[in-house]
Amino acid sequence: MRKIKYSILSLLGLVMVFTSCNDSGKKSRGALASNNAEKVYVAPGEQDEFYAFMSGGYSGNLTVYGLPSGRMFKEIPVFSQFATNGYGYSEETKPMLNTSFGFVPWDDSHHPDISQTNGELDGRWIFINGNNTPRIARIDLKTFETAEIIEVPNSAGNHSSSFITENTEYVVAGTRFSVPVPQRDMPINEYKGNFKGALSFISVDPEDGEMDIKFQILMPGFNYDLSHPGRGKSHGWFFFTTYNTEEANSLLEVNASQNDKDFIAAINWKKIEEYVNNGGGTKIPANYAHNIYSDEDHTAVSTMKKEVLTVDPTKVPGAVYFLPTPKSPHGCDVDPTGSYIIGNGKLSADLTVHSFDKMLAAIEGKKFDGEAYGIPILKFEDVLAGTVKSGGLGPLHTEFDGEGNAYTTFFISSEVVMWKLGTWEVVDRKPTYYSVGHLMIPGGNSRKPFGKYVVAMNKITKDRYLPTGPELEHSAQLYDISGDKMELIYDFPTHGEPHYAAGIPAELIAPKSQKIYKLAENKHPRATLGVNDARVERDGNEVHVYMAMIRSHFTPDNIEGIKVGDKVYFHITNHEQDFDVPHGFAMIGANNSELLIMPGQTKTLVWEPKQVGVWPFYCTDFCSALHQEMQGYVRVSPTNSNVDLTWSLGE
Amino acid sequence: MLSCGGKEEKKKDGFSVRPQKTTTTEKAVETPAASSDKASERVDLTNKGVGPIKSITLDETIDDAMAAKGKEVYDQMCLACHRIGKKFIGPPPNGVLERRTPEWVMNMILNPQEMVKEDPLAKDLLTEFNGSPMANQGLTEEQARAVLEYFRTL
Repeated sequence: MRKIKYSILSLLGLVMVFTSCNDSGKKSRGALASNNAEKVYVAPGEQDEFYAFMSGGYSGNLTVYGLPSGRMFKEIPVFSQFATNGYGYSEETKPMLNTSFGFVPWDDSHHPDISQTNGELDGRWIFINGNNTPRIARIDLKTFETAEIIEVPNSAGNHSSSFITENTEYVVAGTRFSVPVPQRDMPINEYKGNFKGALSFISVDPEDGEMDIKFQILMPGFNYDLSHPGRGKSHGWFFFTTYNTEEANSLLEVNASQNDKDFIAAINWKKIEEYVNNGGGTKIPANYAHNIYSDEDHTAVSTMKKEVLTVDPTKVPGAVYFLPTPKSPHGCDVDPTGSYIIGNGKLSADLTVHSFDKMLAAIEGKKFDGEAYGIPILKFEDVLAGTVKSGGLGPLHTEFDGEGNAYTTFFISSEVVMWKLGTWEVVDRKPTYYSVGHLMIPGGNSRKPFGKYVVAMNKITKDRYLPTGPELEHSAQLYDISGDKMELIYDFPTHGEPHYAAGIPAELIAPKSQKIYKLAENKHPRATLGVNDARVERDGNEVHVYMAMIRSHFTPDNIEGIKVGDKVYFHITNHEQDFDVPHGFAMIGANNSELLIMPGQTKTLVWEPKQVGVWPFYCTDFCSALHQEMQGYVRVSPTNSNVDLTWSLGE
Repeated sequence: MLSCGGKEEKKKDGFSVRPQKTTTTEKAVETPAASSDKASERVDLTNKGVGPIKSITLDETIDDAMAAKGKEVYDQMCLACHRIGKKFIGPPPNGVLERRTPEWVMNMILNPQEMVKEDPLAKDLLTEFNGSPMANQGLTEEQARAVLEYFRTL
């Protein structure tokens, strides 16, 4: 009976297959879906067209994805300890997380931005901000490793960061919270008129990318929310959205929503640069960490800096203006030509577009509508280029496709709205799932967007994927924008909470991606460059193990003479010189993480043995057919024993 | 009951695979495939292997400067697995030119992944040496040539 049922079912199935073949002329949902599947399908062995770097939000890191596939390639540890490869656990990388508050092993990373030359992505570095303990990181896009972290003093909630000027002259970091500058003990309710908002311009060395705080503009005590650089004709200017121009210090939900309009601050940084180059500004004492990692010795060094140059904006006439913008604007975006600055009241339905030309004309004509703490306020009507009547609710962020279209996310109405620059007409709108924050178009924040895709980064996932308990990864949506209208073609989960992202054609990065570190160029002071140099040395209760690793053994792999109470440093050098042959190192009972050591690299793990015995270590990364043989032992004797310090391999 | 605290543990006889000297030698000998015709002992002075080196000529006299350079490279890149005069992870390099062509040696250094797939000798060597892969250490042709010169001095 059962068999019969099945065969009838399969017959029915066959009939259905034939039927669907027959009416192929009709555009069924299935046909559309398969068309979309082709658009995102990257066949096995094929590679993606774009890299997408997504901030990790509360993971503190940066994730690397491929577009259009949505496949995740790597998580780059930036502000957070990362047990997966030992970042922030190894002796070499601990200094990367040093701050004026000591070792801070976590942060909240928000807005990645790729370096530019002449306003176009050059793919050399990517910058990202740590929001909580204000820091800016530079990641090298040859190695995909965090190369540098600089702490930002006088800042708190480093949110209007880290955006770069069009020749990567500066990476800019603005404070969200205004705070006493310098920090001091004072009543919170005396905030108004006393706190300051520091906007930091951090210079980037054109050769090696090294960062240095060139100056901080001490602005009135508002909240500085987001920012973007001028480009093209507006190069030399920087724009920041502000909220809480009420300067409330409590219940901001209500008290910072009183003014009908807040501001976009327009900063002529070239003018301020000239001012400080001519000796302007005031150096004030500060204390902030500057951490640099070197690929040569595979080691980070942390230096504390002790002063910072501040600028009072009222001392530089013509450098700073306020552009009134509807209530509590969030995103602050500049179109590829540099003509338009977009900022929208985040609870409103309309988008406000300011004109750079009209702003210059208003400044020229001195058409001011008063001032705030000595900073001229321009008239809203004089700088307004146009309003996009969107019909949506809660506009946040805008990106551009380079063909005259802009795409704005709406958090409250969960959609992306496509509209035309200049005519301000809405062309298309598509829902997002759900509550979209930022969006990203590859190069969409530069003079030369690459178009093709919009990635919407959503705050709420709900039913998009199989449930995983109360906590869900945030969802991203991919839209094809190569046609006249947007088309939702793919959903994929993202890690942490991606706030912003930066996309770039793979061809600008992939060919330069480093494959190994050359052993012959390893300058680590404790590297074991030849196995003849492998050894164990005792210095009081510190023991230094100079170890080499290659498929599939450690030199040495038997160590005796270690005692309880010793502090054992394993300095391990990977002797492989072939692409994608890292080795790992894990020691039983070590109170930190494993190490993942790249070919030609040296890393150090500290182990403080607490128990007498013979304790194993092993390679954690399956490296060869004999990976399970890649192991060794350390004999740990009592503190007062006199076992000789010996080491060996294969004896 | 079996643990006797504090005392040095006695070496136990009876069931043990622990050999008298080095583990690697014994294991290889025990492998039946390598019993009669060990790839490491086979002499083949015509096979040039697979890789970038098609033909080289060696001078009558050894270039000492080049050999010294070769030793430097060898000590850093090769010594972890190849010890002079003793079988280790891989075979010892001394006397290799009595069994192999110089081209084969250089191709094995420069192109090991392809060699163990396509060259019959290299394939057998991989089996004889417990499947331990010869790592590609990314030597330049010049460095590989210098290492070869160093082998001539051994």
